[in-house]
Amino acid sequence: MTVNDIKELLDAKVLCCEEFLSNEVHTACGSDMMSDVLAFVKDQSVLITGLCNPQVIRTAEMMDITCIVFVRGKVPDEMTLQLAKERNMPVLSTARKMFEACGILYTNGLSGGKEN
Amino acid sequence: MNEAIKLEYTISDDDFTRAGEASGDLKDKLKKMGVDPAVIRKVVIAMYEGEINMVIHANGGKITVTITTDEIIMELADKGPGIPDVKLAMQEGFSTAPDNIRSLGFGAGMGLPNMKKYSDEMTVETQQGVGTTVTMKVKL
Ligand SMILES: Nc1ncnc2c1ncn2[C@@H]1O[C@H](COP(=O)(O)OP(=O)(O)OP(=O)(O)O)[C@@H](O)[C@H]1O
Ligand SMILES: [Mg+2]
Repeated sequence: MTVNDIKELLDAKVLCCEEFLSNEVHTACGSDMMSDVLAFVKDQSVLITGLCNPQVIRTAEMMDITCIVFVRGKVPDEMTLQLAKERNMPVLSTARKMFEACGILYTNGLSGGKEN
Repeated sequence: MNEAIKLEYTISDDDFTRAGEASGDLKDKLKKMGVDPAVIRKVVIAMYEGEINMVIHANGGKITVTITTDEIIMELADKGPGIPDVKLAMQEGFSTAPDNIRSLGFGAGMGLPNMKKYSDEMTVETQQGVGTTVTMKVKL
């Protein structure tokens, strides 16, 4: 699935880096705990989160995450969004809640990734 | 490259929003040098965890990265409170992070174990009231 597919499935707004909408996503991770994201996520993942701060962008960057989806209509502050732009990290925002967003993506074929 | 490359970063005290700048910069530099993406990923995850620790537990510090022909060495030195029991701190889930750090998405006690996992070699030198130096090596 591509970032654009995620956008359509979640009826999400693209907040930055539209140029990467065709990038491929293989797995997904839903978490508000960046500690856990850093410990468990595989690359080419989408990060679904309700946490909105610059460290979400940093964490995603270090993990080679493909895109971030903020749930419950959350929009990060200007500083966070600016950082996402600088780091070429596509950011989406959906009105869906975390559980719904994860469920929709799971039903449409994204997995949580295998354990290593 | 024949000579070792040395990079130095000063991690500012308590500025949570800027934590990760050093790791992001290192990532850019390693990419430009053409380092294997799998190695870059290990290095920057380990360094980012260490950088966050310096900011949330030790009021910042200094990171020195040395890149040689066969390894990348990261030395993270701080003058924070030190770690009273390193063995305990290395356990998954052990954290002394306060609630405000948890509400920022950190403090699950996963950082040090993760740093060990992503580096090929890691040592922690620490003295209470003096500071902590974490050294990590990743083979190229
Ligand atoms: N540089 C440091 N100076 C002083 N104490 C530290 C330092 N690094 C880690 N510690 C101590 O070791 C504990 C465990 O660190 P670790 O990185 O594993 O977890 P954490 O930082 O609490 O949470 P997480 O890394 O999951 O966000 C910390 O809670 C803290 O008490
Ligand atoms: Mg930590």
